[in-house]
Amino acid sequence: MERPTSRRDFLKTAGGVAAGLGLGSVIAVAPARATPAEMQEAIRKVVGSARVTPGRVKLDLPPLIENGNAVPLTVTVESPMTEAQHVRAVHVFTEKNPQPNVVSFHLGPRAGRARVATRMRLADSQNVTAICELSDGSFWSDSAGIVVTLAACLEDGI
Amino acid sequence: MASALINVPARAKRGEIIEIKTLISHVMETGFRRTQLGAVIPRDIIRRFVCTYNGTEVFRAELHPAIAANPFIVFSTVAVESGTLVFHWTGDHGFSVTESAAISVD
Amino acid sequence: MAPHTPQRSSRPGKAVALLGAIAIAASAFAGEIAPSERRSGYDFMSRETRAMQDDDTANPGMLWVLEGGTLWSRKTGAAGRACADCHGDARTSMKGVAARHPAFDAAKGRPVSLEQRINLCRTDRQQASPLAWESRELLALTAFVARQSRGLPIDVVIDARTQPFLDAGRAAFHRRQGQLNLACTQCHDANWGRQLAGNVIPQAHPTGYPLYRLEWQALGSLQRRLRNCLVGIRAEPYDYGAAELVDLELYLMWRARGMTMEAPAVRP
Repeated sequence: MERPTSRRDFLKTAGGVAAGLGLGSVIAVAPARATPAEMQEAIRKVVGSARVTPGRVKLDLPPLIENGNAVPLTVTVESPMTEAQHVRAVHVFTEKNPQPNVVSFHLGPRAGRARVATRMRLADSQNVTAICELSDGSFWSDSAGIVVTLAACLEDGI
Repeated sequence: MASALINVPARAKRGEIIEIKTLISHVMETGFRRTQLGAVIPRDIIRRFVCTYNGTEVFRAELHPAIAANPFIVFSTVAVESGTLVFHWTGDHGFSVTESAAISVD
Repeated sequence: MAPHTPQRSSRPGKAVALLGAIAIAASAFAGEIAPSERRSGYDFMSRETRAMQDDDTANPGMLWVLEGGTLWSRKTGAAGRACADCHGDARTSMKGVAARHPAFDAAKGRPVSLEQRINLCRTDRQQASPLAWESRELLALTAFVARQSRGLPIDVVIDARTQPFLDAGRAAFHRRQGQLNLACTQCHDANWGRQLAGNVIPQAHPTGYPLYRLEWQALGSLQRRLRNCLVGIRAEPYDYGAAELVDLELYLMWRARGMTMEAPAVRP
């Protein structure tokens, strides 16, 4: 670009550039973020007034993942999965994602085995909680922490 | 154009627990992302996944935006009889995909 | 929680400071990686991400391969011809094709990438319009064709015709550019295996393209990744299909000669 030679030329160029940018420039928006209290509230909605006891259910998460867009998780419950004794449901929650619910799996004796797996998104390094509901109406939980890193050269919306 | 990858054994022994893996293409837009101009990109996700075995529901999942794009779900079911497993995904904006797989049980 | 230490060779695990503050006392042409020390980006990934790539029923890239297989048999264009009509079963006819691209095209007088080759077939043989770069269809067809080279060694042809383009690609790889004034070689030849902003710097071999990048939440081409790199060092990215990008692709494939094709790979 040619260096402006006079003051008038310089102002004209600067004004043109500023008008071109206009209001289309990047607006810094703070990302939505849930809180541990909101996670407890989401758990309450599922569990009602029943007590949740740590144990019986196992949540498998990698301790560190290079990208929070696809984090593999597996939830397992030791259960005979008979008509009399089985896992009714497995629910997964997070405390720092924009909203706390992740997924609810509905099982039953036809499942044969109480093991489910999927991939989830994590907005930040945080704790993930899995809650299982048994056929006797009891609720059990497990939590795991995970560190989320990110690539150095991001796409930045090109 | 949605495509789905389903992994179901073609045959199994009666009473055997079989593992089923499903993968479906879907952007799972969370509704929390914004364009460069600050406008919210509207939510567009799969909300429900149901598997029926000869018409009986054997597995169901309710998905939220925290499920990764191109949802991957692994679950199991008991091979009770020969027949058809039907997989049905539904979600925002009328999204509806059905796939099926035959299974032969000895 | 202990920080993740990726497996690597005997290099010390020093963290690298801000990009601009790297004091790299390397000559203009940093030493290329010795053939025996070359590692795929696969080796630098976590166990979980590797597992995603290894399982065809869990690898999201396979969704594009599946779609590509359908497009392969679909009649298209004014000629009403499907790829299958000329090429038959891709498992035999396309075996090794992706491993040899970019390849010299006599009509164009220069090497063309696999995507360009597919579009040349569409315009010349099927009388169909070319597919847009990074469109779902082009990615699906590229992924499907590249899948047929999985397990084969990269084998681009360098001869009198392609040598000048290889040289141009090599020069680009070693040239400082962008606001950060970095050359590809400074990270990918001189500092691979070290950590940058929490992740390991890979050697940048295109063994798995087109690949499913977790950051993109979709499958993408090598050119998309190269444009990302350029934005990353704050340089103006070349347009899709630019000669500069294809020359760089040719150099990267030559640099990775003999390494095994993994398409469709998964990367963070």
